[in-house]
Amino acid sequence: MEAIFAFCVGLLTACGLFLTLRGRTFPVVVGITLLSYAVNLFLFSSGRLLINGATILGQSEQYADPLPQALVLTAIVIGFAMTAFVVILAIRARSDLGNDHVDGRNPPGAGLPSDRLKEKN
Amino acid sequence: MQHWAVLPILIPLLSATLMLLPPLARTIRRQRITSMISLVLMLGSALVLFHLSTEATQLYQLGDWQPPFGILLVADRVSALLVLLTTVLATGAVLYSLAGDDNQGKYFHSLMMFQLMGVNGAFLTGDIFNLFVFFEVLLIASYALLIHGGGKQKTQANVHYIVLNLIGSAFFLFALGMLYGTLGTLNMAQMSTRIADLSPGASILAEAGALLLLVVFGLKAAMMPLHFWLPKAYASASAPVAAMFAIMTKVGIYSIFRVHTVVFGEHAGDLAYIAIPWIWPLALLTLVIGAVGVLAAPSLRTLVANLILISAGTLLVAVVLLNTQAVIGGLYYLVHTTLVTGALFLLADLIAQQRGQATDRFVVSRPMKQAPLLGLLFFIGAVTVAGLPPLSGFVGKALLLQAAETATQMGWVWSSILLSSLAVIIALSRAGTNLFWHVSGNKTGTENARPIQIIAIVLLLLASPALVIFGGPATEFAEAAALQMQQMYPEVQTLIAEGQP
Repeated sequence: MEAIFAFCVGLLTACGLFLTLRGRTFPVVVGITLLSYAVNLFLFSSGRLLINGATILGQSEQYADPLPQALVLTAIVIGFAMTAFVVILAIRARSDLGNDHVDGRNPPGAGLPSDRLKEKN
Repeated sequence: MQHWAVLPILIPLLSATLMLLPPLARTIRRQRITSMISLVLMLGSALVLFHLSTEATQLYQLGDWQPPFGILLVADRVSALLVLLTTVLATGAVLYSLAGDDNQGKYFHSLMMFQLMGVNGAFLTGDIFNLFVFFEVLLIASYALLIHGGGKQKTQANVHYIVLNLIGSAFFLFALGMLYGTLGTLNMAQMSTRIADLSPGASILAEAGALLLLVVFGLKAAMMPLHFWLPKAYASASAPVAAMFAIMTKVGIYSIFRVHTVVFGEHAGDLAYIAIPWIWPLALLTLVIGAVGVLAAPSLRTLVANLILISAGTLLVAVVLLNTQAVIGGLYYLVHTTLVTGALFLLADLIAQQRGQATDRFVVSRPMKQAPLLGLLFFIGAVTVAGLPPLSGFVGKALLLQAAETATQMGWVWSSILLSSLAVIIALSRAGTNLFWHVSGNKTGTENARPIQIIAIVLLLLASPALVIFGGPATEFAEAAALQMQQMYPEVQTLIAEGQP
């Protein structure tokens, strides 16, 4: 179980990091979302993984650490709000700056469809 | 039970929420009055807290939960001082915004209060996950404040700022997960006692967590090479917002200090001072990059933004010197640099307004209407920030230079701090000459600066002579604060011990 869990967290983090390094705002936002999923799973595992463990004493033979669950809840709420904000800002940047590049301008020779159209004409 | 420690968080939270409700949200006038009232209340409570903290560290258990299970607010001397500093800076920024900057977008005053709540909370909390929460509070308020007023430049700078900080927040949580997984606690006082007893396997994880935290705090503190977002963001923000942001890098440096020299301090066994060898070169490089940026800046606001980099570098040097003298100098310099750079951001905006289309760029323009007054303020600000006698910048830097003990330390610290000061003097004298003397024609603009704007700038600049006149008590306070900080929260340790069966 630990191995699968660790593999999933690692894969999510790697994909998230790769996407946040992209040049357009959409993949960056998706990357940040993946990264926050990875973080939430990781935080959850910091209380150790248990099967059939309740967080309340006396309900089961083993009991799980309740604190990481509270931390994950906080992290989910904050991450959700931040993602909502960054999505709105990305839309705003698209309309203010006229493109969706994170630097606010298309790099020269980016091979965009609009460039190719210009070359044809 | 004393409730003073929680007031600097509660007052802005309540007033910000009130200002979002329709009776106050509808008119800017009511928002301004509410904002001023809550600032006065906060100044009062910060002063009381400051006074109380000199007698004994104020501990506040949120919800009366026994630490380490509940969140604890710790107002020792340093925290109380920083809360007071934040409130004074905010008062200056908000006073300046009353002249019209607050009306360029919606909810300026609410956002400012949320920002204050986050900064105060980050300074006061004794729980590392709570530190993350307050970081997020101050960050989300700062995202919205940065685009206050609108415009292409602000949107562009904000995209970088937000994406970087969101990735930073994710790293923060990874680090916290590692530290909680190995230490089993999030209370900073308890963490510092448990670090020495870690098994070798867990110790490696804790080390990774601590270094990840350094990356996160370094991003907030604009430590080289994580500083690239800063000059653009600060130079494009509207003036009161930029002035308020002068405290934001200090939150990062404060956190580095708390975590890497107190929690991972000398008692931490194998992990003692693990981050220090990393911070050493980065601090000096930040100073150098700041000095280059100051010399290369094309406009006054970019120049002041690079001054923030220099002050961050200087403060990081104060962190890594690891002696009491350095902490004293660091605290003194922190108060001075925050208020003066805040004042310079406000002044740059006034200068830009009076120069018409040239704004604050270093090009020939029409003369300013109030050139003598603005020139005098600029001169005082420049002398202070460059560290020339007789104002506070000189005292702060002299205290720091004295703190370097060995010959190697002296060589590195003295040369980088003094050379960066030289760069600042050159850049500021060039800026002053360009702005005030390279003028064409005699026709000035018609608009005068509003008195409230001048009052705000003078209020922030007055701190500098005050710090010199009351230099004796100020350094004595800083010494007591530095000694208290190195003891890793003895009061909290007793409180935790009392709660254990």
